[in-house]
Amino acid sequence: MPSLEYYIVLSTILFCIGVWGVLRSRNAIVVFMAIELMLNAVNLSLVAFASHMKGILANIIQNIPADKIPDLIQTSTASGQVYAILVMTVAAAEAAVGLAIIISIYRMKDSVNVDDINIMKW
Amino acid sequence: MAEDQIKTLVALVPIFPLLGFLINGFFNKKLPEKLVGIIGSGSVFLSFILSVWSFILLIGLPEHARFIHANWFDWIISGSFAAGFSFLYDPLSSVMMLVVTGVGFLIHVYSIGYMHGDAGYSRYFAYLNLFTFAMLMLVMGDNLILLYLGWEGVGLCSYLLIGFWFHKKSASDAGKKAFIVNRIGDFGFALGVFLIFWTFASAGHPTVSLSEISHLAPELLVAGGGIVTAITLLLFLGATGKSAQIPLFVWLPDAMEGPTPVSALIHAATMVTAGVYMVARLSAVFVLAPVTMAVIAIIGVTTALFAATIGLVQNDIKRVLAYSTVSQLGYMFLACGVGAFASGIFHLMTHAFFKALLFLGAGSVMHALAGELDLRKMGGLRKYMPRTFITMFIATLAISGVPLFSGFFSKDEILYNAFTSQYGHPILWALGLIAAILTAFYMFRLLFMTFYGKSRMDPEVEKHAHESPNAMTVPLMILAVLALIGGYIGLPHALGGGAWFEKFLEPVFSGAHAGASEAAHHSYLVEYLLMFASIIAAGIGILMAYMSYIGNPQRPKALAEKFSGIYKVLLNKYYVDEFYNFIIVQPIVTGSLFLWKIFDVKIVDGIANGSAALIGWISAKSRTVHTGLVRNYALMFVLGVVVLLGFVFFR
Amino acid sequence: MIPFVILAVLAIFGAVMVVTRKSPVASAVYLVMVMVILAGLFVLLGAYFLAAFQIIVYAGAIMVLFLFVIMLLNLRKDEFGRDPRVLQKYLGFSFAVLIMIQSVIIVGWAVKDRSGEGQSVAIESLEKTSDAERNEYLSVESVAETLFTRFAYPFEITSVLLLAAILGAVVIARRRSVTNDEEDV
Repeated sequence: MPSLEYYIVLSTILFCIGVWGVLRSRNAIVVFMAIELMLNAVNLSLVAFASHMKGILANIIQNIPADKIPDLIQTSTASGQVYAILVMTVAAAEAAVGLAIIISIYRMKDSVNVDDINIMKW
Repeated sequence: MAEDQIKTLVALVPIFPLLGFLINGFFNKKLPEKLVGIIGSGSVFLSFILSVWSFILLIGLPEHARFIHANWFDWIISGSFAAGFSFLYDPLSSVMMLVVTGVGFLIHVYSIGYMHGDAGYSRYFAYLNLFTFAMLMLVMGDNLILLYLGWEGVGLCSYLLIGFWFHKKSASDAGKKAFIVNRIGDFGFALGVFLIFWTFASAGHPTVSLSEISHLAPELLVAGGGIVTAITLLLFLGATGKSAQIPLFVWLPDAMEGPTPVSALIHAATMVTAGVYMVARLSAVFVLAPVTMAVIAIIGVTTALFAATIGLVQNDIKRVLAYSTVSQLGYMFLACGVGAFASGIFHLMTHAFFKALLFLGAGSVMHALAGELDLRKMGGLRKYMPRTFITMFIATLAISGVPLFSGFFSKDEILYNAFTSQYGHPILWALGLIAAILTAFYMFRLLFMTFYGKSRMDPEVEKHAHESPNAMTVPLMILAVLALIGGYIGLPHALGGGAWFEKFLEPVFSGAHAGASEAAHHSYLVEYLLMFASIIAAGIGILMAYMSYIGNPQRPKALAEKFSGIYKVLLNKYYVDEFYNFIIVQPIVTGSLFLWKIFDVKIVDGIANGSAALIGWISAKSRTVHTGLVRNYALMFVLGVVVLLGFVFFR
Repeated sequence: MIPFVILAVLAIFGAVMVVTRKSPVASAVYLVMVMVILAGLFVLLGAYFLAAFQIIVYAGAIMVLFLFVIMLLNLRKDEFGRDPRVLQKYLGFSFAVLIMIQSVIIVGWAVKDRSGEGQSVAIESLEKTSDAERNEYLSVESVAETLFTRFAYPFEITSVLLLAAILGAVVIARRRSVTNDEEDV
């Protein structure tokens, strides 16, 4: 089983590709997809941390009584997944509202090119 | 306890004029004219009564106990510095208070008649009361700050009253001139005050109290040293401004634009003597600086002579009196400069009587002649206004130094001290004597041209020439009595008197009189000789005036033509105004114009507008950063992430 | 290790494709692929429930929504032509690479720090927890218990957020008439 670092590096790479996509794409929908990609990269790192919680805790706890450790591992492992679930939920909500906004803009400007949407300029 | 009683009385003295000012000032024009006059003069009368009362109590006290401090409240306290609203009541301030309230009261009464029917009647009385209040502050204040308050207060009232008829341009200009010229002197005075405080504070005695300063001065200041000379010269600069001495005398003749009682009260009897009072009050400091004493004496006698020569040829009745005032003030400074402070104050007092009388008399003449000021258009008024004539005659005799009149005693004492005092010099005496001849001449010239000879009035005016109302002539008569007998309180030993006035003031000047007391041991012979010289001088002056203006009225004209150069110079007052205008005013105007047109408009405004324009330009350029493109914003956002992560590397 | 490498390479390839495709439909399809691969990685990590969740919610629901919108707007490929903002394009790429390098370096530091550190008493009890125990902690029961006890409050808040998002999406996306809102709802 690969160690935690591999997952983190993979997550970083995916995240940065997402960043690149946000900066590069002019199509608003593709920008959104890049954002989803970034969220997924974060999720990957969350789940990776959760499942490697034993090794992580080994590095950070020094003064916790031994009998409390199994409970701590259980809670933190589950928490990582719960976070991932919450992130997905929020991503779903964000996608719904964001796509609604894109539709609304498309009605107004007849375009989904983010470079056409510059009414905020000076 | 007489002392506590005095404290109460003295504290009450300035309140009445202040109340009068507030009532007349706030109910301006709402009160009937009569009531305004009663409030105005009544308040000063009450002050006068209290002054007399406390004066009587003061005389009852033993000599060494005649220094009473009354503290109203703490005024300014800052660290070790403290200036209370406190009064010092001693022989010197008691005399000054009597003069201010006494002469002031008479002039207030006179004003009731003189200002009758004027549109600014209550405003006038409000100013006059405010002036009395400020002048009382000046003479009663126990510290330099309070003295300065009064000093500026009287300056303000002087400005307001000179420009009382402000719709007349010459009047408002004269007010401004007086104010600005006084500013120069006051600047020096303020610097002197600061220097005193600084010097005393650095010696461990942070005080501005007058009595403490006088007390500590011999201890803390090096006699003849640079600091004390600087202090006294700066203070004297203030005195030259307020008391119209060379080089700052130019405002006083112009101040005659104000109502005549104002000229009498402020510009003859009281305010202009503030400088003399201040020098006398700080005599303990002044005697420590022989250089300053010499400067004061020289400036005093020069002013006396200088102003007297101008007075010889002026044709405006009030201007003659104004130059006479400048000249007499020069005498007082001569007295101070030779260390005879008591003589200076003595002359101050007698001068207050007869000069106020002269001004009021001149006012009475103007009143009779519908405001005519030109001596050449008067003459023969003796029969129209006998009371004014007689009182003015007495005053003229007094100022000319005719024996038995008050001016004789005081002026003679000054000349005597100028000759014999350790600070004195025969040249000072000689110059003073010449000024005395000139004084007698120009005063009698004024008298003769006004009251004697054939009438040169317009027939229209002559028809209405009349004696003034009682409100005006009664004060004249009271003042005439004072001018007649006022001198006897200072009758010198040589004439069988006790020099009571000098003795009374002696404790005040005890610090300053260490040297002057020696002078008293001169033999009476010198005193008689000097006195005789003074009498001769007065006689010569009067005789010359008689010969010129009664004996042969053509002679002055012939003389003026013969010496037309000198005459012109004198008539134009030595061109001092023109000189100041050329040397000081014009460069300032030119410089100001330069500062306004070039420096302010081009540079200051240029910087202000330029910086605004620069900001505008930068903003116009930099706002293009806001492209409105979400991708650009995201790029900047990511740049921020890069930088933040970069910090981790440089942590 | 080998399954991870294969999945990782595929995920990176898919992500690059998402970003670089000109047609949004192609991008969407590649994104679905990335998500499925991520679900596979979740399985590798032992988080089976989350893997299922990922496929159902993301690949199933969200991506369908995306495709729906693309279809609705009738977007064609090559719509925009060449990007005129060259600076934006290159700077964007450089910044993304910079972030990646920085992050990887930081991860590297962490690895280096950990390798040198001494072990404590607590570690010994940690070592005792076996893989079986770990899988138990990652199980659906464990997740559900934590979600509905410890995270009950955030969970409920999320539901409110979803409700708000639904309403917001409806309000924003509905067609507005100039004269009267009520007619066209």
